[in-house]
Amino acid sequence: MVLPVKTFEICLQAVNEADSAQGLLDAVEDLADLNDERSIPTLIQVLGFNNPGAAVAAVEGLIQIGVPAVSSLLENLDGYNYGARAWAIRALAGIGDPRGLALLLNAAANDFSLSVRRAAARGLGNINWNDMPTTERTQAQQQCQDVLLQVTQDDEWVVRYAAVVGLESLALVNATTNIIQCLERVTTTDATLAVQARAQWALENLDK
Amino acid sequence: MSGIPHNPDGQPLTVDQALININQTADPGLRYYAAWWLGKMRIRQPNAIAALLTALEDESDRSPDGGYPLRRNATRALGKIGEGYDQVVPALIKCLHCDDYYVRETAAQSLESLGDSSAVPALAALLDGGLAAAIQVPGKPHLVQPYNAILEALGTLGNPELVSIIEPFLEHDVPQVRNAAARAMYQITAEAQYAERLVSVLADDQLQLRRAALMDLGAIGYLAGADAIANTLAENSMKLIALKGVLEHQLNKQATSLDLTNEGRRVMELMDGLL
Repeated sequence: MVLPVKTFEICLQAVNEADSAQGLLDAVEDLADLNDERSIPTLIQVLGFNNPGAAVAAVEGLIQIGVPAVSSLLENLDGYNYGARAWAIRALAGIGDPRGLALLLNAAANDFSLSVRRAAARGLGNINWNDMPTTERTQAQQQCQDVLLQVTQDDEWVVRYAAVVGLESLALVNATTNIIQCLERVTTTDATLAVQARAQWALENLDK
Repeated sequence: MSGIPHNPDGQPLTVDQALININQTADPGLRYYAAWWLGKMRIRQPNAIAALLTALEDESDRSPDGGYPLRRNATRALGKIGEGYDQVVPALIKCLHCDDYYVRETAAQSLESLGDSSAVPALAALLDGGLAAAIQVPGKPHLVQPYNAILEALGTLGNPELVSIIEPFLEHDVPQVRNAAARAMYQITAEAQYAERLVSVLADDQLQLRRAALMDLGAIGYLAGADAIANTLAENSMKLIALKGVLEHQLNKQATSLDLTNEGRRVMELMDGLL
């Protein structure tokens, strides 16, 4: 017996014809699972549908596709509604392509949505530095560090938590005294116990 | 100008002005706002407490449905700033008998946050009649008592003697009431079966119920639910708040708060994946 194969065409049609939130979610998950570059425009479109479940699946799909999705994500950015822009930044943060760096630096420090600042701060620790010319790396890493140190003062605990995670990742590439001192300060002085604990864990991980 | 309500547009209220506003009766709107503001800004001073206690007796500010808007705000504010003042808990217990459902609900929430177990008998008394009495008020969007708030307060303040009166509410028709009962039963007995009821709600069809279960599991810090929380179909921001509750519950158990455990590290790993 031959199992029905979910081809790209079938999955794409299912997304376009979905008539319920759950139906859309299932169809987007199937499409994302294909890891097929042809689905990039559709996955980007889903980011604007105001369906959080489907958007999560689309973001995961775009992150899985990775670098080939970056130029489309960046090109479409200005046309996004607010929610879609937030999801796109999350996708770029997950992919870690240096072309998204300027966007993430600005979003981590200045976006008014805490979930976007959170994702961007995490993304700043997730940049694929090998994809950046060596001549530019030092300055770019310095910019990441400056912004992340600043973001450890954010009003929202979850953004500070993400900044700590970002700093830990950055320090695994290039551990500076400034980062270590900042993490030590967060461990003792942050207003939120969970953030203190995460900084403590980061210091443990950097010690190994 | 002293004694005259004054709240210029766009100007932030000051403590002095808020106290003037709450102690006058000419403008109910300013008084209502001042009551909220004193709690929000955590103005923990004796003259603020005294003014809010007076506001609990107010008869002048009435809503079309017969409610007491000022009392609702004053009740909430006292839950935020009333700790350490002897008159506050008895006054809030008295509010549990107010005609206004929403004053009773807020009073139960405030008594919970003040953490004074002397409120337990009065809270438990509101469960009299059990399931049979816990019905919808005709023409209103609520049950006869604010069962969620009462059950949650009893879970926080209560003791094992309450098990027999809380347990029946696990079978109530309203899912939110069942969840509040499960949460309270877990807090009182520490038996996993009750927290697992909340974990099963994480798979419910309704997003609102999944979100509420996330908050409940975070509030009780149920470690065994951490993976289910992370996998729930809901916003990452809600899941992160719930996992923060679980993590901090772990940390609080330690003698020195930042002695990380492997369980704590595992919860942080889940949180990292949701950022």
